[in-house]
Amino acid sequence: MIKIENLHKSFGELHVLNGIDYEIQEKEVVCVIGPSGSGKSTFLRCINLLEEISDGAIYIDGTKVNDRNTDINKIRTEVGMVFQQFNLFPHMTVIDNITMAPMLIRKMNKHEAEELALELLSKVGLREKAYNYPQQLSGGQQQRVAIARALAMKPKVMLFDEPTSALDPEMVNEVLDVMKQLAFEGMTMVVVTHEMGFAREVADRVIFMDGGVIVEEGKPEDIFGNPKHERTKAFLSKVL
Amino acid sequence: MEFLDFRWDIIWNYRESFIRGIWVTLILTICGFIGGFILGVLLGLGKNSKKKWLYFPCKLYIDLFRGTPLLVQIFIIHLALIPTLFGHSLGFMVSGITALVLNCAAYTAEIIRAGIQSIDKGQMEAARSLGLNQFQAMRKVILPQAFRRMIPPLGNEFITLLKDSSLVTVIAANDILYAAKVVSGAYFRFWEPYLAAAALYLTLTFIVSKVVSLIERRFSIEYNPRKNKNEGRVGA
Ligand SMILES: Nc1ncnc2c1ncn2[C@@H]1O[C@H](COP(=O)(O)OP(=O)(O)OP(=O)(O)O)[C@@H](O)[C@H]1O
Ligand SMILES: [Mg+2]
Repeated sequence: MIKIENLHKSFGELHVLNGIDYEIQEKEVVCVIGPSGSGKSTFLRCINLLEEISDGAIYIDGTKVNDRNTDINKIRTEVGMVFQQFNLFPHMTVIDNITMAPMLIRKMNKHEAEELALELLSKVGLREKAYNYPQQLSGGQQQRVAIARALAMKPKVMLFDEPTSALDPEMVNEVLDVMKQLAFEGMTMVVVTHEMGFAREVADRVIFMDGGVIVEEGKPEDIFGNPKHERTKAFLSKVL
Repeated sequence: MEFLDFRWDIIWNYRESFIRGIWVTLILTICGFIGGFILGVLLGLGKNSKKKWLYFPCKLYIDLFRGTPLLVQIFIIHLALIPTLFGHSLGFMVSGITALVLNCAAYTAEIIRAGIQSIDKGQMEAARSLGLNQFQAMRKVILPQAFRRMIPPLGNEFITLLKDSSLVTVIAANDILYAAKVVSGAYFRFWEPYLAAAALYLTLTFIVSKVVSLIERRFSIEYNPRKNKNEGRVGA
């Protein structure tokens, strides 16, 4: 479903990604772990071209993402993204946050879009907050709205960049629970996370990144239980 | 004492000049501002662009018009530019409005640019990641937020423009200041007409600043949780 070939990314002189090859199957949940600055966010952001790719190729459903003839906006509608800082639109109510893109891009009418939004809000447990503004919500609630907003485009893949890192500890679980539910329903997900418990429990595969390359990847029980590389061992011994 | 010996009747005698002056000042300012705002949005967006061929002309324009006195711009436009383009003068109104539009555009462009840049870049990323194109993201997400922050500086710009419009008197625009000049010429008295002009400008700027703070408050209502007009429509 997502195929990444020899992906390179540099910011000027700084080489952040140094050749990544990976393939993600449909319905797979892939967690990306690794030390700060190892290029996890950059990797994720390359998938929907929030960062321009320096070299290599990414294919989503067989379509090359970084091709001049590809409509990147079309690709992005198929790839939902959830950010560490939520990035809800503060000038819109919760429901408007969710209905805006489906109405604008999927050409849904207001009624359909609102029905969909309320359904998604029920799913993340926030139906009663539909007419509030984002800043009236707690961090955990905002992040759940952000997930609902991404889901409203009916994406084939969801990308999460440390979705719980900006949250107070007591709010982490409400967000993780929503993500678990999504994984359970068969959503294809790529999750950059520091929540090792979540990775261990939910991931089909875990990628350990360091220095802009995939050092090691595999089933969570292998990565966490029996890491092969020294760098993976060193990292895990610090975070577990 | 001469000073206390004001003769307000001479202002009254020329009240029609002053009333016409108010209208001329308002027309110059409002047309200048609206035109300047529209041009300023384009210039501001251009100056925010990563495309060099868009950025540099916009930057050049802004630097030129902010770096030279409005009075000089008025003379160039009225005495050189318009006669060269059309063969003759088109009157103070056309020259005056043109000068104010072009000048105001440079200042609003900076306000627009700063307003857009003040919006967290995560907003643009979130919008783009949903599949909105650059234009849609600007229109739906960035500009509505940026405009709210731009209201106070735009209000200041309007007030500045209102005052600066008095410079158009030099090309014989019959605005407020011109009315004062006429009175002073007729009676050789200077206190009354110019104080009257000052009082009129002060009144206008006072009204404008009140209107601006009203607009400001109106647009911030949605931001204020306690005044949220949709509250109570839970699950509607
Ligand atoms: N827009 C940018 N311009 C320049 N350098 C950047 C940019 N974005 C990221 N970098 C650099 O790229 C490197 C990798 O950043 P990235 O955000 O991908 O790391 P990360 O693994 O997500 O780290 P963290 O766990 O702290 O989020 C860092 O050294 C960072 O400073
Ligand atoms: Mg990161």
